[in-house]
Amino acid sequence: MNLDFSWMAWTWPTAAFFIVIALMLFGMGVWEYVSPGGNPRVGVLRFETTRGDRLFVSLLGSAFIHLAWLGLVGPNLWWALALSVVYAIGVFRYV
Amino acid sequence: MDKTWNNKAWFLVLPMLVLVAFSAVIPLMTVVNYSVQDTFGNNVFFWAGTEWFEELLHSDRFWEAMVRNLIFSFIILAIEVPLGIFIALNMPKKGWGVPVCLVLMALPLLIPWNVVGTIWQVFGRNDIGLLGYYVNALGFNYNYVQDPFDAWVTVIVMDVWHWTSLVVLLCYAGLVSIPDAFYQAAKIDGASRWAVFRYIQLPKMQRVLLIAVLLRFMDSFMIYTEPFVVTGGGPGNSTTFLSIDLVKTALGQFDLGPAAAMSLVYFLIILLLSWVFYTVMTNYDAER
Repeated sequence: MNLDFSWMAWTWPTAAFFIVIALMLFGMGVWEYVSPGGNPRVGVLRFETTRGDRLFVSLLGSAFIHLAWLGLVGPNLWWALALSVVYAIGVFRYV
Repeated sequence: MDKTWNNKAWFLVLPMLVLVAFSAVIPLMTVVNYSVQDTFGNNVFFWAGTEWFEELLHSDRFWEAMVRNLIFSFIILAIEVPLGIFIALNMPKKGWGVPVCLVLMALPLLIPWNVVGTIWQVFGRNDIGLLGYYVNALGFNYNYVQDPFDAWVTVIVMDVWHWTSLVVLLCYAGLVSIPDAFYQAAKIDGASRWAVFRYIQLPKMQRVLLIAVLLRFMDSFMIYTEPFVVTGGGPGNSTTFLSIDLVKTALGQFDLGPAAAMSLVYFLIILLLSWVFYTVMTNYDAER
Protein backbone atom coordinates (compact mmCIF):
# COMPACT_ATOMS: atom_id res chain seq x y z
CA MET A 1 0.00 0.00 0.00
CA ASN A 2 1.46 3.33 -1.06
CA LEU A 3 0.18 6.11 1.18
CA ASP A 4 0.30 9.48 -0.52
CA PHE A 5 0.45 12.41 1.90
CA SER A 6 1.41 15.03 -0.66
CA TRP A 7 -2.00 16.69 -0.15
CA MET A 8 -0.87 17.64 3.35
CA ALA A 9 1.79 19.85 1.73
CA TRP A 10 4.44 19.35 4.40
CA THR A 11 7.33 21.78 4.62
CA TRP A 12 10.35 21.68 6.92
CA PRO A 13 9.39 24.84 8.85
CA THR A 14 5.86 23.59 9.58
CA ALA A 15 7.17 20.11 10.42
CA ALA A 16 9.66 21.70 12.83
CA PHE A 17 6.82 23.69 14.38
CA PHE A 18 4.79 20.55 15.05
CA ILE A 19 7.83 18.62 16.25
CA VAL A 20 8.52 21.38 18.80
CA ILE A 21 4.87 21.27 19.97
CA ALA A 22 5.04 17.46 20.24
CA LEU A 23 8.31 17.69 22.19
CA MET A 24 6.73 20.21 24.54
CA LEU A 25 3.82 17.84 25.17
CA PHE A 26 6.22 14.96 25.68
CA GLY A 27 8.25 17.10 28.08
CA MET A 28 5.09 17.97 30.01
CA GLY A 29 4.31 14.24 30.20
CA VAL A 30 7.75 13.51 31.62
CA TRP A 31 7.43 16.41 34.07
CA GLU A 32 4.06 15.08 35.20
CA TYR A 33 5.56 11.59 35.64
CA VAL A 34 8.41 12.98 37.74
CA SER A 35 6.21 15.37 39.70
CA PRO A 36 2.56 14.23 39.53
CA GLY A 37 -0.44 16.42 40.28
CA GLY A 38 0.12 19.27 37.81
CA ASN A 39 1.44 21.67 40.48
CA PRO A 40 -1.81 23.63 40.88
CA ARG A 41 -1.49 27.13 42.31
CA VAL A 42 -3.19 30.51 42.34
CA GLY A 43 -1.11 33.12 40.51
CA VAL A 44 -1.56 36.68 39.28
CA LEU A 45 -4.76 35.77 37.43
CA ARG A 46 -6.24 34.91 40.85
CA PHE A 47 -7.54 31.50 39.85
CA GLU A 48 -6.02 28.07 40.06
CA THR A 49 -3.87 26.92 37.14
CA THR A 50 -1.96 23.70 36.57
CA ARG A 51 1.25 23.56 34.55
CA GLY A 52 -0.81 22.26 31.60
CA ASP A 53 -2.95 25.42 31.82
CA ARG A 54 0.20 27.51 31.92
CA LEU A 55 1.55 25.81 28.78
CA PHE A 56 -1.76 26.42 27.01
CA VAL A 57 -1.80 30.10 28.03
CA SER A 58 1.83 30.41 26.90
CA LEU A 59 1.18 28.86 23.48
CA LEU A 60 -2.04 30.77 22.86
CA GLY A 61 -0.48 34.04 23.98
CA SER A 62 2.58 33.38 21.82
CA ALA A 63 0.36 32.87 18.78
CA PHE A 64 -1.25 36.27 19.38
CA ILE A 65 2.14 37.90 20.01
CA HIS A 66 3.32 36.61 16.62
CA LEU A 67 0.15 37.81 14.90
CA ALA A 68 0.38 41.23 16.55
CA TRP A 69 4.03 41.49 15.52
CA LEU A 70 3.16 40.59 11.94
CA GLY A 71 0.32 43.09 11.83
CA LEU A 72 2.02 45.98 13.63
CA VAL A 73 5.75 45.60 13.04
CA GLY A 74 6.69 43.37 10.12
CA PRO A 75 7.57 39.91 8.84
CA ASN A 76 10.77 39.42 10.86
CA LEU A 77 9.43 37.19 13.60
CA TRP A 78 12.60 36.45 15.58
CA TRP A 79 11.88 39.29 18.00
CA ALA A 80 8.32 38.04 18.34
CA LEU A 81 9.71 34.61 19.17
CA ALA A 82 12.04 36.12 21.79
CA LEU A 83 9.15 38.08 23.26
CA SER A 84 7.05 34.89 23.34
CA VAL A 85 9.78 33.01 25.22
CA VAL A 86 9.95 35.84 27.80
CA TYR A 87 6.16 35.80 28.01
CA ALA A 88 6.10 32.00 28.49
CA ILE A 89 8.71 32.21 31.25
CA GLY A 90 6.59 34.90 32.89
CA VAL A 91 3.47 32.74 32.62
CA PHE A 92 5.21 29.70 34.12
CA ARG A 93 6.67 31.85 36.89
CA TYR A 94 3.74 34.07 37.88
CA VAL A 95 0.42 32.67 36.53
CA MET B 1 -7.15 0.31 48.15
CA ASP B 2 -3.39 0.40 47.60
CA LYS B 3 -3.35 2.59 44.54
CA THR B 4 -5.45 5.64 43.75
CA TRP B 5 -3.75 6.37 40.41
CA ASN B 6 -3.50 3.94 37.52
CA ASN B 7 -2.06 5.54 34.42
CA LYS B 8 -2.88 2.49 32.31
CA ALA B 9 -6.42 3.84 32.20
CA TRP B 10 -5.14 6.44 29.73
CA PHE B 11 -5.02 3.66 27.11
CA LEU B 12 -8.82 3.64 27.26
CA VAL B 13 -8.88 7.08 25.67
CA LEU B 14 -6.67 5.90 22.80
CA PRO B 15 -9.58 5.19 20.39
CA MET B 16 -10.89 8.71 20.97
CA LEU B 17 -7.43 10.14 20.41
CA VAL B 18 -7.19 8.31 17.07
CA LEU B 19 -10.63 9.62 16.09
CA VAL B 20 -9.72 13.19 17.06
CA ALA B 21 -6.40 12.85 15.22
CA PHE B 22 -8.15 12.00 11.97
CA SER B 23 -11.06 14.40 12.33
CA ALA B 24 -9.26 17.40 13.81
CA VAL B 25 -5.50 17.20 14.28
CA ILE B 26 -4.50 16.05 10.78
CA PRO B 27 -6.83 18.55 9.04
CA LEU B 28 -5.52 21.30 11.34
CA MET B 29 -1.92 20.39 10.52
CA THR B 30 -2.82 20.52 6.83
CA VAL B 31 -4.36 23.98 7.28
CA VAL B 32 -1.15 25.15 8.99
CA ASN B 33 0.85 23.78 6.05
CA TYR B 34 -1.41 25.48 3.51
CA SER B 35 -1.27 28.80 5.38
CA VAL B 36 2.40 29.30 4.51
CA GLN B 37 2.14 28.20 0.89
CA ASP B 38 0.38 28.96 -2.36
CA THR B 39 -1.10 26.45 -4.77
CA PHE B 40 -2.75 26.36 -8.17
CA GLY B 41 -3.92 22.76 -7.74
CA ASN B 42 -2.49 19.30 -8.51
CA ASN B 43 -0.76 19.22 -5.10
CA VAL B 44 1.89 21.65 -6.30
CA PHE B 45 2.76 24.16 -3.59
CA PHE B 46 4.98 27.25 -3.44
CA TRP B 47 6.45 28.64 -0.24
CA ALA B 48 4.84 31.95 0.75
CA GLY B 49 6.03 32.29 4.35
CA THR B 50 3.98 34.71 6.42
CA GLU B 51 2.66 36.60 3.39
CA TRP B 52 -0.96 35.44 3.77
CA PHE B 53 -1.04 36.34 7.44
CA GLU B 54 0.33 39.83 6.72
CA GLU B 55 -2.16 40.28 3.92
CA LEU B 56 -4.99 39.15 6.17
CA LEU B 57 -4.03 41.35 9.10
CA HIS B 58 -3.96 44.39 6.79
CA SER B 59 -7.14 43.41 4.98
CA ASP B 60 -10.16 45.68 5.47
CA ARG B 61 -12.38 42.87 4.23
CA PHE B 62 -11.31 40.57 7.09
CA TRP B 63 -11.69 43.19 9.84
CA GLU B 64 -15.04 44.32 8.48
CA ALA B 65 -16.29 40.71 8.56
CA MET B 66 -14.92 40.37 12.10
CA VAL B 67 -16.68 43.55 13.28
CA ARG B 68 -19.90 42.42 11.60
CA ASN B 69 -19.62 39.07 13.36
CA LEU B 70 -19.00 40.65 16.77
CA ILE B 71 -21.92 43.06 16.33
CA PHE B 72 -24.15 40.17 15.27
CA SER B 73 -23.12 38.07 18.29
CA PHE B 74 -23.62 41.00 20.64
CA ILE B 75 -27.11 41.78 19.27
CA ILE B 76 -28.37 38.21 19.39
CA LEU B 77 -27.02 37.73 22.93
CA ALA B 78 -28.64 41.01 24.01
CA ILE B 79 -31.97 39.77 22.65
CA GLU B 80 -31.90 36.01 23.24
CA VAL B 81 -30.67 35.94 26.85
CA PRO B 82 -33.24 38.36 28.38
CA LEU B 83 -36.00 36.98 26.15
CA GLY B 84 -35.06 33.39 27.07
CA ILE B 85 -35.13 34.24 30.80
CA PHE B 86 -38.47 36.02 30.41
CA ILE B 87 -40.08 33.08 28.61
CA ALA B 88 -38.61 30.53 31.05
CA LEU B 89 -39.96 32.53 34.00
CA ASN B 90 -43.42 32.51 32.48
CA MET B 91 -43.54 28.86 31.49
CA PRO B 92 -45.76 26.62 33.62
CA LYS B 93 -43.96 24.58 36.28
CA LYS B 94 -46.73 22.00 36.74
CA GLY B 95 -49.56 20.35 34.78
CA TRP B 96 -50.20 19.58 31.13
CA GLY B 97 -48.74 22.89 30.01
CA VAL B 98 -45.20 21.73 30.85
CA PRO B 99 -44.79 19.06 28.13
CA VAL B 100 -46.65 21.22 25.60
CA CYS B 101 -44.34 24.19 26.22
CA LEU B 102 -41.23 22.02 26.24
CA VAL B 103 -42.13 20.41 22.90
CA LEU B 104 -42.98 23.81 21.37
CA MET B 105 -39.68 25.21 22.60
CA ALA B 106 -37.71 22.23 21.33
CA LEU B 107 -39.23 22.34 17.82
CA PRO B 108 -37.06 25.14 16.34
CA LEU B 109 -33.95 23.40 17.68
CA LEU B 110 -34.83 20.23 15.77
CA ILE B 111 -34.92 21.93 12.38
CA PRO B 112 -31.69 21.66 10.37
CA TRP B 113 -29.89 24.97 9.83
CA ASN B 114 -30.22 25.00 6.05
CA VAL B 115 -33.95 24.31 6.36
CA VAL B 116 -34.28 27.25 8.79
CA GLY B 117 -32.50 29.41 6.22
CA THR B 118 -34.81 28.22 3.44
CA ILE B 119 -37.92 28.80 5.58
CA TRP B 120 -36.91 32.40 6.30
CA GLN B 121 -35.74 33.03 2.77
CA VAL B 122 -39.23 32.21 1.50
CA PHE B 123 -40.98 33.73 4.54
CA GLY B 124 -39.30 37.10 3.99
CA ARG B 125 -39.88 37.36 0.24
CA ASN B 126 -42.06 40.23 -0.94
CA ASP B 127 -43.96 38.27 -3.54
CA ILE B 128 -44.73 34.88 -1.96
CA GLY B 129 -43.49 35.20 1.64
CA LEU B 130 -46.03 35.72 4.41
CA LEU B 131 -43.74 38.03 6.41
CA GLY B 132 -42.42 40.04 3.46
CA TYR B 133 -45.84 40.48 1.89
CA TYR B 134 -47.63 41.68 5.03
CA VAL B 135 -44.79 43.90 6.29
CA ASN B 136 -44.93 45.67 2.91
CA ALA B 137 -48.71 45.74 3.05
CA LEU B 138 -48.41 47.58 6.39
CA GLY B 139 -46.53 50.31 4.60
CA PHE B 140 -42.92 49.39 5.43
CA ASN B 141 -40.53 49.15 2.52
CA TYR B 142 -39.07 45.77 3.49
CA ASN B 143 -36.78 43.98 1.08
CA TYR B 144 -33.96 41.89 2.54
CA VAL B 145 -32.46 41.25 -0.90
CA GLN B 146 -31.76 44.94 -1.58
CA ASP B 147 -31.63 46.68 1.78
CA PRO B 148 -28.72 45.89 4.18
CA PHE B 149 -30.75 46.94 7.22
CA ASP B 150 -33.61 44.63 6.25
CA ALA B 151 -31.14 41.81 5.63
CA TRP B 152 -29.68 42.29 9.12
CA VAL B 153 -33.13 42.40 10.71
CA THR B 154 -34.10 39.19 8.90
CA VAL B 155 -30.94 37.35 9.91
CA ILE B 156 -31.23 38.49 13.54
CA VAL B 157 -34.94 37.64 13.82
CA MET B 158 -34.25 34.26 12.22
CA ASP B 159 -31.50 33.52 14.74
CA VAL B 160 -33.68 34.65 17.63
CA TRP B 161 -36.48 32.42 16.38
CA HIS B 162 -34.13 29.47 15.98
CA TRP B 163 -32.05 29.69 19.14
CA THR B 164 -33.94 31.52 21.90
CA SER B 165 -35.49 28.14 22.74
CA LEU B 166 -32.08 26.85 23.79
CA VAL B 167 -31.72 29.67 26.32
CA VAL B 168 -35.31 29.07 27.46
CA LEU B 169 -34.75 25.35 28.03
CA LEU B 170 -31.49 25.92 29.90
CA CYS B 171 -33.04 28.62 32.11
CA TYR B 172 -36.12 26.49 32.68
CA ALA B 173 -33.90 23.60 33.82
CA GLY B 174 -32.24 26.01 36.28
CA LEU B 175 -35.59 27.31 37.52
CA VAL B 176 -37.23 23.93 38.16
CA SER B 177 -34.23 22.87 40.21
CA ILE B 178 -34.99 25.55 42.83
CA PRO B 179 -36.66 23.89 45.87
CA ASP B 180 -40.05 25.25 46.93
CA ALA B 181 -38.61 26.09 50.35
CA PHE B 182 -36.81 29.10 48.81
CA TYR B 183 -40.08 30.53 47.50
CA GLN B 184 -41.87 29.81 50.78
CA ALA B 185 -39.15 31.63 52.74
CA ALA B 186 -39.36 34.57 50.33
CA LYS B 187 -43.13 34.68 50.75
CA ILE B 188 -42.83 34.71 54.56
CA ASP B 189 -40.35 37.59 54.27
CA GLY B 190 -42.79 39.43 52.02
CA ALA B 191 -40.31 39.55 49.12
CA SER B 192 -41.46 41.29 45.95
CA ARG B 193 -41.54 39.54 42.56
CA TRP B 194 -38.38 41.42 41.59
CA ALA B 195 -36.61 40.43 44.85
CA VAL B 196 -37.47 36.75 44.23
CA PHE B 197 -36.01 37.02 40.74
CA ARG B 198 -32.94 38.99 41.82
CA TYR B 199 -31.98 37.00 44.92
CA ILE B 200 -33.34 33.50 44.27
CA GLN B 201 -34.00 32.78 40.62
CA LEU B 202 -31.15 34.67 38.96
CA PRO B 203 -28.38 33.26 41.22
CA LYS B 204 -29.75 29.76 40.71
CA MET B 205 -29.79 30.29 36.94
CA GLN B 206 -26.31 31.79 36.83
CA ARG B 207 -24.52 28.60 35.86
CA VAL B 208 -26.94 27.62 33.10
CA LEU B 209 -26.90 31.22 31.89
CA LEU B 210 -23.13 31.08 31.58
CA ILE B 211 -23.47 27.91 29.52
CA ALA B 212 -26.20 29.54 27.41
CA VAL B 213 -24.07 32.63 26.78
CA LEU B 214 -21.05 30.49 25.92
CA LEU B 215 -23.00 28.28 23.51
CA ARG B 216 -24.82 31.14 21.85
CA PHE B 217 -21.70 33.25 21.50
CA MET B 218 -19.67 30.40 20.00
CA ASP B 219 -22.48 29.43 17.68
CA SER B 220 -23.23 32.95 16.53
CA PHE B 221 -19.54 33.69 16.04
CA MET B 222 -19.28 30.66 13.77
CA ILE B 223 -22.65 31.15 12.04
CA TYR B 224 -22.64 30.21 8.38
CA THR B 225 -25.55 28.24 6.99
CA GLU B 226 -28.57 30.36 7.88
CA PRO B 227 -27.33 33.78 6.63
CA PHE B 228 -25.69 32.11 3.64
CA VAL B 229 -29.00 30.53 2.58
CA VAL B 230 -31.07 33.68 3.25
CA THR B 231 -28.84 36.49 2.03
CA GLY B 232 -25.74 34.80 0.59
CA GLY B 233 -23.71 37.39 2.53
CA GLY B 234 -25.42 40.30 0.81
CA PRO B 235 -26.66 42.75 -0.21
CA GLY B 236 -23.08 43.66 -1.09
CA ASN B 237 -21.08 42.34 1.84
CA SER B 238 -23.47 43.58 4.51
CA THR B 239 -24.15 40.14 6.03
CA THR B 240 -20.83 38.52 5.12
CA PHE B 241 -19.66 37.10 8.42
CA LEU B 242 -16.25 35.53 8.98
CA SER B 243 -17.28 32.00 8.05
CA ILE B 244 -19.01 33.15 4.86
CA ASP B 245 -15.95 35.21 3.92
CA LEU B 246 -13.76 32.19 4.63
CA VAL B 247 -15.79 29.89 2.39
CA LYS B 248 -15.84 32.53 -0.35
CA THR B 249 -12.06 32.76 -0.19
CA ALA B 250 -11.42 29.01 0.02
CA LEU B 251 -14.04 27.60 -2.33
CA GLY B 252 -15.23 30.59 -4.36
CA GLN B 253 -11.81 31.98 -5.20
CA PHE B 254 -9.85 28.76 -4.48
CA ASP B 255 -7.29 30.83 -2.57
CA LEU B 256 -6.32 28.01 -0.23
CA GLY B 257 -3.30 29.78 1.30
CA PRO B 258 -5.11 32.98 2.36
CA ALA B 259 -8.13 30.92 3.42
CA ALA B 260 -5.91 28.68 5.58
CA ALA B 261 -4.32 31.75 7.22
CA MET B 262 -7.78 33.16 7.85
CA SER B 263 -8.94 29.83 9.30
CA LEU B 264 -6.05 29.80 11.74
CA VAL B 265 -6.67 33.34 12.95
CA TYR B 266 -10.38 32.54 13.27
CA PHE B 267 -9.51 29.34 15.15
CA LEU B 268 -7.22 31.21 17.55
CA ILE B 269 -9.91 33.75 18.34
CA ILE B 270 -12.46 30.99 19.00
CA LEU B 271 -9.89 29.13 21.12
CA LEU B 272 -9.16 32.24 23.18
CA LEU B 273 -12.83 33.00 23.76
CA SER B 274 -13.60 29.36 24.61
CA TRP B 275 -10.78 29.37 27.13
CA VAL B 276 -12.02 32.59 28.72
CA PHE B 277 -15.56 31.24 29.02
CA TYR B 278 -14.36 27.85 30.25
CA THR B 279 -12.15 29.48 32.88
CA VAL B 280 -14.94 31.74 34.06
CA MET B 281 -17.33 28.78 34.29
CA THR B 282 -14.98 26.41 36.09
CA ASN B 283 -13.85 29.10 38.54
CA TYR B 284 -17.43 30.05 39.22
CA ASP B 285 -18.05 26.39 40.13
CA ALA B 286 -14.97 26.31 42.33
CA GLU B 287 -16.08 29.45 44.20
CA ARG B 288 -19.45 27.89 44.88
